[in-house]
Amino acid sequence: MTKISTIAYRDLKSYFTSPIAYIIIAVFLAVMGWMFFNILFYFNQESMRMQQYSPKGISLTDGVLRPLFGNMNVILIFLTPFITMRLFAEEKKLHTIELLLTSPVKLYEIVLGKFISSFLFVTLMLALTLTYPIILFATGNPDLGPIITCYTGTLLLSACYLSVGLVFTAMTENQIVAGALTFVALIFFFIINWVSHFAGNVWGEVFTYLSLIGHFQNLSQGIFNSVDILYYLSFIVVSLFLSHRVIDSYRWR
Amino acid sequence: MIQVSHLTKMYGSRPAIDDLSFEIQKGEIVGFLGPNGAGKTTTMKILTCFMPATSGTAVLEGFDVFENPIEVKRKIGYLPEIPPVYSEMRVKDYIEYAALLHEVPKSKLKQAVNSAIEKVSIGDVQNRLIGNLSKGYRQRVGLAQALVHNPEILILDEPTIGLDPKQIIEIRELIKTLGGTHTIILSSHILPEVTATCQRIIVINKGRIVGEDTLEGLSARMKKGLLYSMIVKNPSQDGLAALKQLPGIKTVSHTGSKIVIELQHGTQDMRDKIVETAVKKGMGVLEFSSEKISLEEVFLQLTTEESTIGNGSAKTSIPNLDVAAHL
Repeated sequence: MTKISTIAYRDLKSYFTSPIAYIIIAVFLAVMGWMFFNILFYFNQESMRMQQYSPKGISLTDGVLRPLFGNMNVILIFLTPFITMRLFAEEKKLHTIELLLTSPVKLYEIVLGKFISSFLFVTLMLALTLTYPIILFATGNPDLGPIITCYTGTLLLSACYLSVGLVFTAMTENQIVAGALTFVALIFFFIINWVSHFAGNVWGEVFTYLSLIGHFQNLSQGIFNSVDILYYLSFIVVSLFLSHRVIDSYRWR
Repeated sequence: MIQVSHLTKMYGSRPAIDDLSFEIQKGEIVGFLGPNGAGKTTTMKILTCFMPATSGTAVLEGFDVFENPIEVKRKIGYLPEIPPVYSEMRVKDYIEYAALLHEVPKSKLKQAVNSAIEKVSIGDVQNRLIGNLSKGYRQRVGLAQALVHNPEILILDEPTIGLDPKQIIEIRELIKTLGGTHTIILSSHILPEVTATCQRIIVINKGRIVGEDTLEGLSARMKKGLLYSMIVKNPSQDGLAALKQLPGIKTVSHTGSKIVIELQHGTQDMRDKIVETAVKKGMGVLEFSSEKISLEEVFLQLTTEESTIGNGSAKTSIPNLDVAAHL
């Protein structure tokens, strides 16, 4: 356990010694801020128009939170490959992996340490977006429940992204290749449910179930369904297991 | 205590090391010597559990590298060929990280890190980023990393590469002082390196052990004959042919005015006859010296023997002999 945190701490620290961490965070906050501003502005106009038809208008959850987090999950697909691509690839390229693999550290501790460091990084990124709900609370009356489930869902979803990234960075010593493959894989899992309309009943359901974003729908509405949580958790476990195997096989070559 | 028996590692169908067996006692300093690509690094990577062997066993301090890798890794400190340093870390932080990975308890952490820094004398750069250090300093940081948890076995892959002469002497002294309490394996393709530090030498070529002995034993065993070198004024084919015909002469070769003569093993002193013949043939002897076959040649002989036997020629080529001891 202490070794996992030793590795995680070192990797987290090394994010901030290179400019890439600051670039990722800056891009993320700039894009999200722009989106939040526009969604809020649009919501302002729409809710006034909607009030003509129903006295309650449109809720902040439906009007702001769901589109905001929906967009955030897409933006994260673009950004998470940059977070994970260096984790193993750089260690291999610089041969520092020899230190890890000849230390009395178990392979799963290395994989978990790397995963936790990237997860803490994303958590920090998401923590910085807490300003949006704070603004909502200051000016309106949003529902706390959906905010919590939206953040839980986004954290789980980005953990899935990161675990996929870990598999690909374990495969190669080229960071660009690792990042590009991660991006392709994430896009694939994102749009896999598009075929479900014409894939027939059974396969349609399978593809819908496999879609990463599909499981976010409930959470974005404030519904905490164990099926979605289990899906995300098993997705993470399978990916981490795969990266474990990939790194293990690296030693045999 | 290291016991290696019948260790083989295949890369595809090409053996990197082929049926290696040797034993190293506690406290010994042993040098792996061999040309580039002989299998030294592969052997070390197997001993450090970095990669598994194709067949054979290696047991370090009673633990098998395949069965008990974690236990083995606890006992070793390893400096790979390329020091495994993170360029974005500070020297002190890095050594602390290595110490934590090697289970140095928190209470002794500071002391262990400081003593490792002191041992390899990098105190003046301990707060600098490793990426800004020169190759020599990085090498020493790598060495500090291998030492920090005070391991019983030290495995050093070309430890003095990239260091300047003063640092090389310091590191050699350090290795010598560590011997006795630590078992040390170091590899090198440079002879003076191992002759200066090691008690025993294992010569590896093409994945096989071609010689294993103490320093003295190895050079005595391989001493095949005396070498004379002579500088003459007018080298002539006639004179060279006459020299060749003297009894007990194995080879006569010449580059320009320098003639190198190798005697057959067990031949008596031939200096007077050789000079006499050379003078008679009017070559005009300017300089004459005899030299012992140094370890450099022993090494060359050991590593080239196999191929020359295959060619059916017993001639050992000794290029660029430096005349060391003038008579």
